[in-house]
Amino acid sequence: MSATLAAKQRTPVRPARVLLHTFLVVTSLAWLAPLLWAAFSALRPYSETSEKGYVSWPDKLSLDNFTHAFEQSDMLHYFGNTLLIAVPAVLVTLLLSSMVAFCVSRFDFRLNLALLLVFTAGNLLPQQVIITPLYRLYLLVDLPGITVSGKLYDSALGLVLIHVAFQSGFCAFVLANYMRSLPHELTEAALVDGASVWRLYWQIVLPLCKPAMAALATLLSIWIYNDFFWAIVLISTGDNMPITSALNNLSGQYFTDPNLVAAGALLTAIPTLIVYFALQRQFVSGLTLGANKG
Amino acid sequence: MSSETTTTIPQAAAEPPSGPATPKKRAPQGHRRLLTRRDRITLGLMAGVPTVLHVALVWVTALASIALAFTSWDGIGFGSITWVGLDNFKQLFSDNPQFWPAVQHNVIWFVVLILIPTPFGLFLAVQLDKRIRFSRVYQTAFFLPVVVSLAVTGFVWQLVYNPDTGLINSLVGANEPGHYIDWIGDPDLNLWAVLVAASWRHAGYMMILYLAGLKSVDPALREASALDGANEWQTFRNVVFPTLRPTNTVVLVVTIIEALRAFDLVFVFNKGAQGTELLSILVTNNIIGESSRIGYGSAIAVVLLVISLAVIVPYLIATFRKERRA
Repeated sequence: MSATLAAKQRTPVRPARVLLHTFLVVTSLAWLAPLLWAAFSALRPYSETSEKGYVSWPDKLSLDNFTHAFEQSDMLHYFGNTLLIAVPAVLVTLLLSSMVAFCVSRFDFRLNLALLLVFTAGNLLPQQVIITPLYRLYLLVDLPGITVSGKLYDSALGLVLIHVAFQSGFCAFVLANYMRSLPHELTEAALVDGASVWRLYWQIVLPLCKPAMAALATLLSIWIYNDFFWAIVLISTGDNMPITSALNNLSGQYFTDPNLVAAGALLTAIPTLIVYFALQRQFVSGLTLGANKG
Repeated sequence: MSSETTTTIPQAAAEPPSGPATPKKRAPQGHRRLLTRRDRITLGLMAGVPTVLHVALVWVTALASIALAFTSWDGIGFGSITWVGLDNFKQLFSDNPQFWPAVQHNVIWFVVLILIPTPFGLFLAVQLDKRIRFSRVYQTAFFLPVVVSLAVTGFVWQLVYNPDTGLINSLVGANEPGHYIDWIGDPDLNLWAVLVAASWRHAGYMMILYLAGLKSVDPALREASALDGANEWQTFRNVVFPTLRPTNTVVLVVTIIEALRAFDLVFVFNKGAQGTELLSILVTNNIIGESSRIGYGSAIAVVLLVISLAVIVPYLIATFRKERRA
């Protein structure tokens, strides 16, 4: 409502604009409805909804379901698991893909394009195409003492590796495009002065790539946090699961109380929402970095 | 980059990792002539390490999938691998009651995404591109589903679809025993129910891609069109839309790949039971289900791979051709 009023104050009444705002307000609310519904359910005790029905005026709204879901299901532990996977995965992906991008974009080798193609195409494959051999490989690799399971399978390290391998495709492509737009004279001069290749990368090129790196970091954090598939297949012990796949187990336990499941699902979504709201600009520019090309 | 004459074909994708980093005597451009021996080793490592990791985990496994598809293996020891030729594929195409429905559902998934949420996302982007107030707020509302994980999206929509306590049945009064509409259990309904959730997410994603595309449309074009007396629709149809061609290509590719990758939502909904089978689900069930028929599961993965490459290869050829010219 305030939208239409404000619009009126600025410009003479334009029915088209009023109509547009009405449409957008209604559609936005409809769009948010499933999430709002989950929040509404989660705020009500199960006893009340089972008695009065779900579409009913609430007697009492409380955060009890949230605290129950959080405590009973040991969510903190699963958030910790996710952190243990996501932080190294994001950092290593950015490091490795920026190195590839640097080599490909600043030096002319015959196989540059081929190399970039390998990375980019790899990232576009559906994960299921590679999962069967990967699963077998993970079971084969013995890492006694290094991972808790003694294998690559069922370990945080295994998930980090596959995230890095898979996501570096997209990042290498985006960063190579970005680095190509930096002037060649920049590194040429330093090289003439005797700077090593590593210095060029670490002290000249990388600092200039901060905006692109920030955008990719935001995007990667959300993608890796949200990963469900790799975790479902490559982690077998419930205790080792990251939060999204752990939620799947929890909802199996609590399916008789949808309000509790709603609370759990929303709690799981909160970190991504925080990252998104805090770094919205980076996130959106990251998504479109790769998309504008093509 | 005009000196660049190497035409690389994407099929060379599984190139050995050591190759790319080795400097070759070629075009004068770049800093190569200034490199010391140590620099060359550094470069080799910088390109080599990530490449080995990527190729080993992604491309070697993809090739292994192809090889395994022609074998029968229970997964216990390498000795039990036996070559069976095309048997897995023959069985898949003729005997498996889930295979053709899965293919069909993947196709439906794509058709629905491209026909409904994609144009809707474009429509939203065009509206939000008009420099209206609160544009950010609206954008956030439409985009929020993209930020939330697909698994969580699955749980949220389950709450909406629950026959007993769900929003829809409660609203239409179908939550009494005997009147249930079983959105998730009914094989005639559940695919469409999941697709509503998938479209909910897809529209926001497409909106962002199109918003970025629209930003790059030259305002002078629109002005010229307005001066020529074109109305809003004519301007969009004849001026704006044609300039969105690169975005449309990306959107098409993204949508096909999303349709092929579809997994999380369905897995959370009902694990791809009755009515929601998908190729990705069939592959996964072969691994985490009780039956460990590796060759057979790989054969399904190969079908998925072939379809994906049919999209990925032409797209990359076009993209990289442009890149080389740039």
